[in-house]
Formats: sequence, structure tokens, C-alpha cells
Amino acid sequence: MSENQEEMEDVWAAVLWGLRIWLFLIMSLIMAPAMFGFSLGISETYMTILVKVLEWATLKIQKEKSDEQSLKTSASYGLIQREAGSMEKELEELRRSRPKPPVGGDFTLSDCLYFYRKGIESIVEDEVTQRFSSEELVSWNLLTRTNDFQYISLKLTLVYGLGIFVRYCILAPLRIALACIGLTWLVIGTSAVGFLPNSSIKSWLSEWVHVMCYRICARGLSATIRYHNRENKPKKGGICVANHTTPIDIVMLCNDGCYAMVGQIHGGLMGVVQRAMVRSCPHVWFERAEMKDRHLVTKRLKDHVSDKTKLPILIFPEGTCVNNTSVMMFKKGSFEIGTTIYPVAIKYDPKFGDAFWNSSKYSMVSYLLRMMTSWALVCDVWYLPAMHQQEGEDAVQFANRVKSAIAHQGGLVDLQWDGGLKRARVKETFREQQQKKYSNMVVGDESSNSD
Amino acid sequence: MGSNKSSVQNVPDVQELIQETGFSASHLQRLYERFHLLDRDQMGRLRVQDFEAIPELAGNPIGDRIIGAFFYPGKDSVDFHDFVRVLAHFQPTDSNTKRKSEEVYNSPNRKLQFAFQLYDQDQDGKISRAELLQVLQELLGIEVTDEQLQSIAERAIKEADLDQDDAISFEEFKKSLEKVDVNRKMRIGFLS
Repeated sequence: MSENQEEMEDVWAAVLWGLRIWLFLIMSLIMAPAMFGFSLGISETYMTILVKVLEWATLKIQKEKSDEQSLKTSASYGLIQREAGSMEKELEELRRSRPKPPVGGDFTLSDCLYFYRKGIESIVEDEVTQRFSSEELVSWNLLTRTNDFQYISLKLTLVYGLGIFVRYCILAPLRIALACIGLTWLVIGTSAVGFLPNSSIKSWLSEWVHVMCYRICARGLSATIRYHNRENKPKKGGICVANHTTPIDIVMLCNDGCYAMVGQIHGGLMGVVQRAMVRSCPHVWFERAEMKDRHLVTKRLKDHVSDKTKLPILIFPEGTCVNNTSVMMFKKGSFEIGTTIYPVAIKYDPKFGDAFWNSSKYSMVSYLLRMMTSWALVCDVWYLPAMHQQEGEDAVQFANRVKSAIAHQGGLVDLQWDGGLKRARVKETFREQQQKKYSNMVVGDESSNSD
Repeated sequence: MGSNKSSVQNVPDVQELIQETGFSASHLQRLYERFHLLDRDQMGRLRVQDFEAIPELAGNPIGDRIIGAFFYPGKDSVDFHDFVRVLAHFQPTDSNTKRKSEEVYNSPNRKLQFAFQLYDQDQDGKISRAELLQVLQELLGIEVTDEQLQSIAERAIKEADLDQDDAISFEEFKKSLEKVDVNRKMRIGFLS
């Protein structure tokens, strides 16, 4: 009996030693560089290897499929080409054959053909629905989730299998550990800083703690972030707006600077983190009921930006996550505050991992696990020059102007649709607009209420 | 489902569909992906809600009518075959030079039949005054008064109703549209 016990103890001791060594490695190789902002080049090496492997895989797949009809090359392009004409132009054409009748409205049975066609076009392809699912890849990136299970070659399958092992057994546990450490440190660090009296040292320490934790989280996702035009970085007293793809956007941005967050206070773990963060520097957290009161929200934001010692606020005006191929309507709230807006464009490279959080398909936890079993997260962040609301421009126009600038820089499609359409129905007003337009063409001349 | 590729092998009865509808294999694959994208609860069939979730379609005045065209009477869901069969009406007429019979979905006659059926909701072969008023109501909403609606319907029927039975039959409908290039107007520009 005692021999077994001794063996068990030996095994246990060995395991503990293994854990200690592993932790020590993590601390020195990953956390220390993160804390002090230097790099040991491990991530860079990993990325170089990864890029080479993916390039090799792409070439191999293309070689194998070169004789087949290449179905995937059209993946990024549309399925149909829409008629460019307006309602007026199209209906004119449809009616050309008839003389306009003197009375009884200008309606013809063929008018409907226009609406049928537009309806069928939108069923086959529309601008909005495709934005709420992941971007299509041009070529397979050796992940199970983007595979169509076609056997290509032995070598490729072996690399794919090796990839699974590396991602799930080596990288994922490491990343999960890092994420936990990062979050814990965030809570402890910010709470500790919170005890200090308000002073410049406190702000400096607070910033240091925040950036350090975000750096650890970034390592935890094997994130490679390229910042462009850093001379345009957001300054205090302003509002930073960016396009929204995933909650990880925050990590991407905060690796290079400190921002004040805005949002609703949650319960549970999120709530703990939020309450800790606000102890060390001011963030703008709202109770759920308060968020509905637009005046209250505007006032608190205004108060925050007018205090020039407070950090710039980070806001995602789309209000929801979109799949990083387009920018959807910006809600005008942040553009009514009247302060400098610092636009930022974020574009992820889908080859290394799909960053989009499809909240209707994945919960936060399963999404994070997916992130941690991707190859890596590669993104570009562009800081755009500051913008102000101009004379004679209302908040909506200003918002659209900023949105276009961001879309243009990031190479994204600029859409007028509301991201809220992910869940909500389109408003009646849109249909009414169409009816109004059409009625102008039918009874427009004789109707007295045309305006 | 966007990044989950479904290859042509996954499209059920693909050869049969190619023959029947005239879509190419690659078009069918893309349509199949689209079908899956719209199929929110992944049942393999689309319901009315799935169509209604398309914002542009919800803003189309006769959107509900178009959605209805996909559903056979009595059925409340659409499978991929039904989906593609309706869309086949909107292929260009000249795309299937090999299959010149009247039976193909995208012949001018079939296109006109499809348009006619959207008007003739009770499928009795005639567009009655009531059915016409219904369409006008949907197209114009609150923008016109009831009198205006009546007078528009009145004139439309007078113009098209040649046998004076106060309804528009399919032949009268065809005659009324004879100068319209139906192929061009009821066609979706599928990219190859």
C-alpha cells in the first residue's frame, strides 16, 4: 500500500514541479516583456513560421484545384449585378409604350415588375444580411472551422493535423492561462492603485497597470497589431470612435494607449473587472436603467470630456459587432457632445483567425475559446486625423462623414444601414418612403399633398 | 455560416436542378450558401420570418407578396428546390439556348405567368377588381385616398379588360404588357 502511496506522491511532486517550471517560463518569457514593453521575438518567430506555412498551403491547394473550375475565386465578389437605375428611371422605361392617361393616375400593370425584380434581387443578395456572418476566405487557412472537408493531399492533411494539436494542446492552455493572469492582475493592480491619493503618480501607475494587462491579453491571443499614423493618437478631452468587430477591439486599441470606457455595468465577473477599473481612473459606467435616458448619458459624457485630465473616451458608434467587411450606421449620440472626434479604423486579417463575434451564434465564452484556438490575430489600426463638427452640419451628417473616413481608410464598405438590424426588424418608415416615392409617380401631379 | 464552405457536392440533386432550372453549378452553390445564410435556425428550410429578416425586402411595398410566391399553398416552409425554382424565373431568357421549350422557367411566357400570379392571389385565372385594389393599396399605402385608389383601379381595368368582364385574364394581361421587354425587366444579372 505504502509503495503505491509513495509512487502517487512522486507523480504528484513531478506534476507540481512541471507546473512550477511552466509558470516560471510564462512569467519570464511572456509576462515580463509585457510588463516592461520589450519583446523577445518569440511571437515574431511564430508569426513568420505561420505565414510561411499558410502560403505553402495556399499554393498547394491552388495547384490541386487548378484544373477544377475555380469556385472560390468568386467568393469575395457579388453573385449578381444590380440594375443601377432609380425607381423613376425604371418606371419611365416600363411605361414608355403608353401615352400618359389624362385621369385616373399613372399606373400600369407593368409597374409591378420593377418591385418584383428588386424584391428577388434582395432575396438573392443584400447588403446587410451578409455583414452578420463571417467574412469568406479566398483560400483555406488550415482551420477546421473554415474547411469544406475536401481531401487535397497527404502533406496538407498532416500539417492540418499538426496544426490542430499545436492549437488545442499547446497554444490554447497557454492562452487561457495568460488571459486569466491578465484579468486577475488587472483587478488586483487597479484596486491597489485605487488606494493612492489622486496625483500624477496615480495616473501614471494606473496607465501602466492598464497597458500591461492589455499587453498580456494581447500575447494571450497571439495578437500582432500594426499601428499607423500614431501622430494622430487620441488626446485627453476627446472621443475616440472606431468600427466594431469584436470586444477584443478594446484590447487592440488599449495596447497603445489608455482610454476611458463607456458601457453598462454588468453583474458577475465583468462587473468585478469594471468596478476595479474605475477605482484607478475614471471610466463612464452606467446602470442599466440610466442607459435609456439619453440626456443623462449625454451629460455624463460631456462632463467627462470637459475635464481635461481625464482620458479620451472610447466609443463604438455602430452599437453592435459587424463582420469587418463594412461599416454600418453610426449612432449620432457621440457626435452631439461637441468635442474633438478621433476616428480610428481597425481591420483584421481573416487569414489567421476570424475575429468577428457573431453574438447570435456564439456566446462570449465559446467565442473566446474560438479565438484562443485560432492561429493568431493580426490587425491594422489606423489613427485618422481629428475631426470636428463643422458649421451647418448636424450630428447625423457629421457621423456619416466620420464613418466614410473610417471606411475609406480600412478598405471597408460604407453602409447606411443600422447595425441594429441584426436583431430588430427594419422600421415601417422605410417601406413608407418607398410608397411615397412611388405614389409621386402615380398620382403626383394631381395630388394636393405632394411635398 | 459564412465561412463554412459548402461545395457543390453538398447541394442536393444538383444535376437535376441544373437541368430543370438552367442555373450553372457554381450559381447553384452560391445560392445554396445564400439559402443557408438566410436559414437562421438551420432547419434546412426557410420560413416567412427568414425572408422578412432581409431589411431591403421588408422595405419593399409588395415584399410580403413576393415572399408568398415561394410558398406552395398550405405549406409554411420552403426547401432549396422550391427556392431555386422561383429564382429560375429571373434568369435571362437567352441563357439556355439548348432548352428552347416553353417549359423552362425563364421563358417569356413563364415570366409573365409568374408576374400574373403575383396579382392573382386566389389563382382563379383572373385579376379581379378587388385583387387589383389590394395591390394598389400595398404599393401606395396611406399616400393616396380611397377615391384615388378606386379611380386608378377603374382606369387600369378599363384599359386592359378587353372582353368587358370586369377582370383581367392572363391573355389580356399579356396583351397589356406586349410592348414591355419582359426578358429585360424580369431578369437578375447573375455574374458568371
